Amino acid sequence: MSTFLSLLAYGLADGAILALAALGFVLIYKATGVINFAQGEFLLVGAYMFYTGFVVMGLPLVGAALFGVVVATVIGVLVERVILRPMVGENPISIIMVTIGLSMFLKAVVQAFYGTTPKSQPAILPRSSVEIFGAMIPLNRLSAILIAAVVLTAFTIFFRRSRHGIAMRAVADDQQAAMTMGISVRRIFAMAWALAAVSALIAGVLLGDISAVDQNIASFGLLVFPVVILGGLDSVPGTIVGGLTIGLLHQFTAGYLDSGLANVIPYIALVLILLVRPYGIFGETRIERV
Amino acid sequence: MAATATGIHHRSYTSELRLRATRAEYFRLGLMTVLLLVLPFVLDNYWLSIANTILIAVIGAVGLNILVGYTGQISLGQGGFMAVGAYSSAILSDRIGLPTPLAILLAVLLTAAVGVFFGLPGLRLKGLYLAIATLASQVIIEFLVRRDIGDFLTEGLGYINVDRLAFLGFEIGGRDVFEQQWYWILLVLAVLTVISARNIFRTGLGRSFMAVRDQDIAAEAIGVNLTRAKLTAFAVSSGFVGLAGSLTAHYSEVVSWEKFTLDVSILYLAMIIVGGLGSIAGAVYGAVFMTLLPELIRRLANALESTMPFLGDQLPAVRNATFGAVIIAFLIFEPRGLDRIWQRMKDYVRFWPFRY
Repeated sequence: MSTFLSLLAYGLADGAILALAALGFVLIYKATGVINFAQGEFLLVGAYMFYTGFVVMGLPLVGAALFGVVVATVIGVLVERVILRPMVGENPISIIMVTIGLSMFLKAVVQAFYGTTPKSQPAILPRSSVEIFGAMIPLNRLSAILIAAVVLTAFTIFFRRSRHGIAMRAVADDQQAAMTMGISVRRIFAMAWALAAVSALIAGVLLGDISAVDQNIASFGLLVFPVVILGGLDSVPGTIVGGLTIGLLHQFTAGYLDSGLANVIPYIALVLILLVRPYGIFGETRIERV
Repeated sequence: MAATATGIHHRSYTSELRLRATRAEYFRLGLMTVLLLVLPFVLDNYWLSIANTILIAVIGAVGLNILVGYTGQISLGQGGFMAVGAYSSAILSDRIGLPTPLAILLAVLLTAAVGVFFGLPGLRLKGLYLAIATLASQVIIEFLVRRDIGDFLTEGLGYINVDRLAFLGFEIGGRDVFEQQWYWILLVLAVLTVISARNIFRTGLGRSFMAVRDQDIAAEAIGVNLTRAKLTAFAVSSGFVGLAGSLTAHYSEVVSWEKFTLDVSILYLAMIIVGGLGSIAGAVYGAVFMTLLPELIRRLANALESTMPFLGDQLPAVRNATFGAVIIAFLIFEPRGLDRIWQRMKDYVRFWPFRY
């Protein structure tokens, strides 16, 4: 029982972080139709930018967070402006490849500046544990879940209520109709990338705090694919359901079966979902059968 | 994407089907042949080993281009398919004791079969969904060879030592002739690969691949069997990729999972994008370019070591960053790759002093 509970907490924490990472992915796909293979590297860059602000520059926590958000926004907008905009209208293979190139580039740049050894960063989240039904649950996992939940709620409210959020949904729905209503599609594209980079930053920082600030963050980010395929490529609620499912699946497999298998089981799930229901649980059933 | 050179007018179907139409093309072919034949006598062992790596990469890149460039089915599973070829050929020849050529042949067939299996999702999925499905196949194959359940693959060693290549009473010699003898073997195989791939696209089957790429629904409407075309494309492509994988195994004489990671898949995709999607010559240019690039970067870093020691310390990172930047730059500025650039250079010369 206690193993179960702690695995549950670990899985939910992983899942919440994955949901944040997947949120950025879905934002980009929904608004611009681009599959971003560099989402994991956005997490990586985010975590290292926060590290730079917090440890290297010695900023206070809020300052470091702000620094990270600013850099992430700039990177997001730059990527959209410099790399993705010239690619509008190209075939899917080219667009997928350009984001793969981007992921390789970002990862290598991070490696060149910070090396491959894990960076030590003072804990942001509390390190102590609480006992729940006989299981020791580390507080940082619980706070990670909490923070992710708050951020996801904030994003959801943003999409539902705010002017820009509604404009983004309009662009996702129909670009031309949105343009005739006076929405700047270019600005929305830039905003989608910036928001994706920011949500990836939060995910990266949380992940860096509960595990370590190193290159593994990027490979964790690769797990967004099972998440978004399960939840539906264009569904925001889908990222939460998908994220939590994949997070739990990952941790329970690691805890009860085998930690190596745990890294693969999300992909096996992915293949099965693709065979049965390629548009995911909440995704729009627009997939073309050939 | 199969651009016809401007200024060449065909007057009969036979002339259109010819691989080479102009005298200049024959001349370049002759020049290339002489160059390839002279190469092993002028290069030292180090450069020959690079040449051999290039030749293996050519086989793999041509195979991948058949699938991605000509049939339009994106695959991130290249590394996994190469692993299948490498492991099966190493096990068949060394542990079961089959003659090496037979083992390689069987490995090629096996990889083709595995390719068809992982191509099955491609019957229902396209574009990004297929990309993700093949990414999953890469991760799963990588896990299987890495975990090596029951120690079946490597007998608990974690890698397989492959015996020196020997067939029909001939054995590859020692260090001084090793690279040179391999060069001839790989050259023959690479040339055969290029010729056969080039010829596939002169047949109805190859044309059906391109029809699937250009517009799958229209292709089906004019009578192309989509299932057959796609699965054959996966089989043919994986066959060549498996050949590249098994040659890697026999040439490097050791098989371990690190050689077949997702990075390898990306490297090969980079080759065909840099070279030119949907062009056999492009795959060759891309293989040459992407294999020589790390060498170039290394030399550059060494040369700049005194002024910028940073470059030399971070060589792998600098190399990967350059790879990523090269992929992005080609996709933005010349999506049809080196092949198109070469094509344009030829047109410029042919029409000089006119511009087109």
